[in-house]
Amino acid sequence: MEFKFDMEKNKEKIQEFMTFIDENRDKPGVLMPVLQETQERFGYLPAEILELISKELNIPLSEIYGVATFYSQFTFVPKGENDISVCLGTACYVKGAEKILEELENVLGIKSGGTTPDLKFSITPTRCIGACGLAPVININDETYGKLKVEDIKGIIEKYR
Amino acid sequence: MMTLEKLREIKEKTRPILEDRLKKEGKTEIREDGSIVLKGDYYKKQVRIALRNCEIINPDSIDDYIALDGYSALGKVLFEMTPAEVIDVMMESNLRGRGGAGFPTGRKWNEAFKYDADKKYIICNADEGDPGAFMDRSILEGDPHSVLEGMAIAGYAVGADQGFIYVRAEYPLAVKTLKKAIEQAKEYGLLGKNIFGTDFSFDIELRLGAGAFVCGEGTALMESIEGKRGMPRVKIHRTAHKGLWGKPTIINNVETLANVPIIYQKGADWFRSIGTEKSPGTKVFALVGKVKESGLVEVPMGMTLREIVFDIGGGVADDRAIKAIQTGGPSGGCIPADLLDTPVDFESLAKIGSIMGSGGMVVMDETDCMVDIARFFLDFTVEESCGKCVPCREGTKRMLEILEKITEGNGEEGDIERLESLAETISSASLCGLGQTASNPVTSTLQYFRDEYIAHIRDKRCPAGSCQALLEYYITDACIGCTKCARNCPVSCISGKVKERHVIDTETCIKCGTCMEVCPVGAVITR
Ligand SMILES: Cc1cc2nc3c(=O)[nH]c(=O)nc-3n(C[C@H](O)[C@H](O)[C@H](O)COP(=O)(O)O)c2cc1C
Ligand code: SF4
Ligand code: SF4
Ligand code: SF4
Ligand code: FES
Repeated sequence: MEFKFDMEKNKEKIQEFMTFIDENRDKPGVLMPVLQETQERFGYLPAEILELISKELNIPLSEIYGVATFYSQFTFVPKGENDISVCLGTACYVKGAEKILEELENVLGIKSGGTTPDLKFSITPTRCIGACGLAPVININDETYGKLKVEDIKGIIEKYR
Repeated sequence: MMTLEKLREIKEKTRPILEDRLKKEGKTEIREDGSIVLKGDYYKKQVRIALRNCEIINPDSIDDYIALDGYSALGKVLFEMTPAEVIDVMMESNLRGRGGAGFPTGRKWNEAFKYDADKKYIICNADEGDPGAFMDRSILEGDPHSVLEGMAIAGYAVGADQGFIYVRAEYPLAVKTLKKAIEQAKEYGLLGKNIFGTDFSFDIELRLGAGAFVCGEGTALMESIEGKRGMPRVKIHRTAHKGLWGKPTIINNVETLANVPIIYQKGADWFRSIGTEKSPGTKVFALVGKVKESGLVEVPMGMTLREIVFDIGGGVADDRAIKAIQTGGPSGGCIPADLLDTPVDFESLAKIGSIMGSGGMVVMDETDCMVDIARFFLDFTVEESCGKCVPCREGTKRMLEILEKITEGNGEEGDIERLESLAETISSASLCGLGQTASNPVTSTLQYFRDEYIAHIRDKRCPAGSCQALLEYYITDACIGCTKCARNCPVSCISGKVKERHVIDTETCIKCGTCMEVCPVGAVITR
């Protein structure tokens, strides 16, 4: 699915973002923090912003994409308003994380890594989020749900609809 | 400006307040020597050094940390010791890296100390990539200043004035806690220019990872900080000589650094009195999986796996039989139940085909399939291989394909041999630790659970009853002949008379699980 980035609507955000670049442009190794800031502010890495970064920092666009695609945290499609990270680390796997993921995919009608067309939900598979004692766990926005059973999923999603 | 006098004042002022609060909470007790420890059976057999302050102090309060002797070690080394002496103590303590490889910290520091350069760096590796482990996270969130103080001491020892903490982006609370801690330390003059009024200056900057496991490898991490793809470097130089931006760089793990300050408070002899001769001190483990009490445990090196799982963790959940313990994550191996009396230290674990690793310890019971666990880890490595060298990039993929084939019931004669030959090539021809150890989960399960591989390949059977494709639904003689399953089976493959034992035609069964769900007496099992 295509998601369009609206330059007009994001004008103010872009302005603020430019200030951030200005303040940090001389820091060595600045590309990663800049990409992270982009994702933080816009929710993903819009192609238009990457072009802007390329011009501002004088780094070829190819190099920027090279770096951005290397790291799994960076995404080129917007995340949903409610981002659900599903832990697929060892402790969670041993305790049935795959079934939890399957149920989420069924309930939301999207695949792991996808976003619902109304931009309401996205599923992001993650490695350990460091809550292994509560395995299996998912994170929705900043809320952690642990010791999950497949039956719990529907109810949890309902809360965010 | 901070002075030793001021530090003492803060300590004397804060300690009674802290003790008061702790008394009210009732989770801790104060020992005769003044140390504060957590109460309860779970903690009785633990020795908490790296976790000494976790769950005791308020991590957002630098005063709390100072109340329990925080930053006194930094004061001591700055005023009483030369850098060479600081390194001597570290060498004597024989503190070994807790990030996985167990390299002696003192020797590493000494390399950077001896190497002349206009700029040197200290990096704290907080990338904690082993999926299923959270030791470092707990330290960063529970006691951030111990890591900052450890870094500053390392900086003084080798002559560095700049530090970086490379922390996983998946740990937002750790990032927040660290930011706050760095700010407070700067405000107090415990970081920044002229610490304690001496001419030693040391600054720390946070850098966030972005979800690449390989960036936990030292040189890949440096590439990442430099703003590039995190691919390991060809190791022509030691990083202690040419590391970050080509300058001498010390990279130490979070837990290693958290051990540093207390070694200078209590001395190398004290540290060496704990643990074993070759592996002094303690190790923190994330005890997870099918264990009753999962959580972090810190124990002296040399304690046996059995003691950790049964005496501290309370044994296996649901009282099933223990089958194996996985240590070391994707670089480690599965240790079978009959080796539970192995002491946990760097050498002993390596001898039985696993590794200490960073401290993941996953307990598995009889329902966990060892072939599937090996597949799980290979799947992880394939995804995380950076792709720089062919054996790792292509070889792990081929191994994964074979493992998938086996768990789906399509294994063939010769698959085991093919896995073994691939494993050997990948381990010997890969550039970095990721590739070199990628096959450990496979070789260790082949070593101890070969029968399980053979059952999958020859008999198309998963002894643990976990591989979905190989499952067989079966009705035991507990069946009371209620006919419920037969009426609900979507493909009508269950036959039997009323009040007689029913039978499933496994050829037709589509493994939907309905019969198991509806059976009132639990007579349907998978095998
Ligand atoms: C693929 C790979 C991943 C690693 N991940 C980590 C990690 O997440 N944390 C860590 O401290 N060390 C990790 N290491 C080990 C580091 O390379 C390095 O040995 C360690 O940070 C040194 O610190 P120490 O001597 O204090 O253990 C990893 C190594 C490899 C090969
Ligand atoms: S062994 Fe694997 S992870 Fe390491 S450099 Fe080679 S391809 Fe990259
Ligand atoms: S698992 Fe499904 S298809 Fe197989 S016997 Fe039971 S109800 Fe029938
Ligand atoms: S539902 Fe259970 S008890 Fe009833 S016929 Fe089937 S297996 Fe037997
Ligand atoms: S494995 Fe899921 S939180 Fe650690």
